[in-house]
Amino acid sequence: MATGTIIDVVMPQMGVSVSEGTIVKWLKSEGETIEADEALLEISTDKVDTEVPSPGTGVVAKILVHEGETVDVGTKLAEIAPEGAGPAVAEPEPAVEPEPAVEPELAPEPATAAAAAEADAPSSAESPGPAAPAAPAVPAETPAPAAAGDSSENGKSFVSPVVARIAAEHGVDVGTIQGTGQGGRVTKKDILAFIESGPAPAPAAPPEAAPTEAEPVAPAAPTEPSAQPTAPPVIANAQPQAAGTGETLEPMNAMRRGIAEHMRRSLDTAAHVTSAIEVDMSKVVAIREKLKASYQKDYGVNPTYLAFVGRAAVDTLHDYPWINGELRDDQIVTRNYVNLGIAVELADGKGLIVPVIKNAEGLNLLGLARSITDIAARARDKKLLPDDVQGGTFTITNPGGYGTFHGTPVISQPQAGILGTYALVKRPWVVQDALGNDVLAIRPIMNITLTYDHRLVDGALAGRFLHDVREKLQSWGEDRY
Amino acid sequence: MAERTYLQAISDGLRQEMRRDKRVFVIGEDVGVYGGAFKVTLGFQEEFGAWRVIDAPLSETAIVGGCTGAALMGMRPVAEMQFADFVSCAWDHLVTVAAKQFYRAGTPVPMVVRLPSGGGFSGGPFHSQNPESSFAHIPGLKCVCPATPEDAKGLLATAIEDPNPVLYFEHKHLYRRLKAEVPEERYTIPFGEARTHRVGEDISVITWGAMVHTADEAAEELAKEDVSVEVVDLRTVMPWDRKAVLASVEKTSKVLVLHEDTRTGGFGAEIAATIAEEAFESLDAPVKRIAAPDSPVPFSPPLEKAFIPQVETVASGLRELAAY
Repeated sequence: MATGTIIDVVMPQMGVSVSEGTIVKWLKSEGETIEADEALLEISTDKVDTEVPSPGTGVVAKILVHEGETVDVGTKLAEIAPEGAGPAVAEPEPAVEPEPAVEPELAPEPATAAAAAEADAPSSAESPGPAAPAAPAVPAETPAPAAAGDSSENGKSFVSPVVARIAAEHGVDVGTIQGTGQGGRVTKKDILAFIESGPAPAPAAPPEAAPTEAEPVAPAAPTEPSAQPTAPPVIANAQPQAAGTGETLEPMNAMRRGIAEHMRRSLDTAAHVTSAIEVDMSKVVAIREKLKASYQKDYGVNPTYLAFVGRAAVDTLHDYPWINGELRDDQIVTRNYVNLGIAVELADGKGLIVPVIKNAEGLNLLGLARSITDIAARARDKKLLPDDVQGGTFTITNPGGYGTFHGTPVISQPQAGILGTYALVKRPWVVQDALGNDVLAIRPIMNITLTYDHRLVDGALAGRFLHDVREKLQSWGEDRY
Repeated sequence: MAERTYLQAISDGLRQEMRRDKRVFVIGEDVGVYGGAFKVTLGFQEEFGAWRVIDAPLSETAIVGGCTGAALMGMRPVAEMQFADFVSCAWDHLVTVAAKQFYRAGTPVPMVVRLPSGGGFSGGPFHSQNPESSFAHIPGLKCVCPATPEDAKGLLATAIEDPNPVLYFEHKHLYRRLKAEVPEERYTIPFGEARTHRVGEDISVITWGAMVHTADEAAEELAKEDVSVEVVDLRTVMPWDRKAVLASVEKTSKVLVLHEDTRTGGFGAEIAATIAEEAFESLDAPVKRIAAPDSPVPFSPPLEKAFIPQVETVASGLRELAAY
């Protein structure tokens, strides 16, 4: 690899629609040695967070783009000098220092790192999650690169150039300021008023000090809209960002914002209706017991209930193209394939992502189980590629891991439906004995929901779909592996 | 001081220059016997004679070409285009010859071309244009766009004094609508120095010509809504006062660039780009432009009203910026 010439590290193209990326963290610093393919830095694009491997073996000669900066795909990020190419490496850099405007955000970087850390909590491949409903396939919306760019707590995350500059000059975290601009944006006036109001010695202010007078600090609604009409205690002079008594403020990370935006948009777009059906999983349980050991031994794969339900759903979708479809303007889009999104929980129930199994219709039970294991693991390890979270046509979410028996997930736009699977519970169940008489039996029952966009899918269609899924699961034969 | 209309101020200024400098002469279509289409030179031929107030044939090419030659020979010609729109015929003489003469040969061309410009009276596509940006783009030409009677007089004196070809855009809509105190004695107003027409704190409007007054009226409306708008009148588009514009933007952090000319490639684009380059860190909102749409000027009064930026359009643009 090392040919003696300097190797450039550039911002990689992380998928067709991605044009830029943000440096989250340098894993090596200048002067450190690095192996080819060893992780050099972490980046965040508007699709995924990922690591960038070193293109060669050598010494990190120069880091050209600082953490927190967002640059175009193809931008040179660093230089790797092959070992032995030696000492010249370190010095001649002054000219190449990063652009001046970036200095200030060296400081706020911890927040970015925190955002990144957020994404790596585990989620077992077994049950992708009690996670919330359909996810926006996206952690992203990279914070603005400008100084203090990651302060995005109220309303829009956009920090205008002048606000960024003033924040940097005064060492102010924009996120702590109540914005009065469009979408809650912090305007120049807001930040100037904030600075003018001074840091305010918090302890000095007695609770009842200047109940209303103290608020002119941040113009217009400094506290929450709910502001109690009675003169409130404490918030008086402290910080204008005003956490109420007993409250703690915490910045929203990029993924949280992405989820928030997507959930809201989905509910504003689709006419959500949920239908539920109870499925007797006796046969599935029996077959799974039988397969489990051999799948584990032969393939290292766990045949989860999710894989069974997924297999049945994908199979059924073939007969219900609209449920696997999409409304695109005034056209109904249907497909001859199923790209199956699986909602995966991240970080202790905080955050989720929906990686997509492409062409799931071509996978048997083993293939689907293996794919689920794979994407869940890569989601957990932040190894998903942008294309792994795009192009879903239908989604399954599995919030039953913690025992919930019903839910109403939110559709992942622009899809038409999302299937929810819930806790498998033993219930007294009325069945018929050999003589045709009703008797009570103990059966493992799972509730399955279909939340569908009523603009495209009517209740009867949804009911038939659920019915067919149930039939497939209840009559699962060993030949259908 | 006497109260003079915008048109009278131009007329006074021109007369004053002709009285004090024998090299100054006027040439144009109907400027002599008839006193000019808009009567700027009414009575001039009686006072200065037919040799200094020349009725030209219907050829802008000949008028500007003749002026260029006269200027080269040491005269101070002031040409009148009956309507600014007709200057296209003289493009070659202005752009190829006059603008480049000093650069090529070191011989100055002290010439003024007066261009009655602008719409607002249903003049249609041939009698309403504001072609200043086309000429501002040509190195070697200067472009003046007075907005008040006082500026009209002072800038005309400067234009005539200037050793370069100067295009003097006088806005027809202001001719008789605008009246103000104008000093009777001679005075000059330097090129490239903007005038703060109205002082404000929250938003800057950068504009010139008749739009100064549109902006001012809109600012008046916004004042009622507690938004303080600053109106900067460039006075000369080339050279233009970057310093004043940037200073205003630094103060307010929000800026609207307004002109009556069409949008694409209009001089406002140059201003907006300069602000983005040089005052980026002062901006609290995107630079906004309001201009006429990219179309010929319509005849129909309601269409023309829709075409030329109106007080309401400007006011709502300002509101958007205020809310941003």
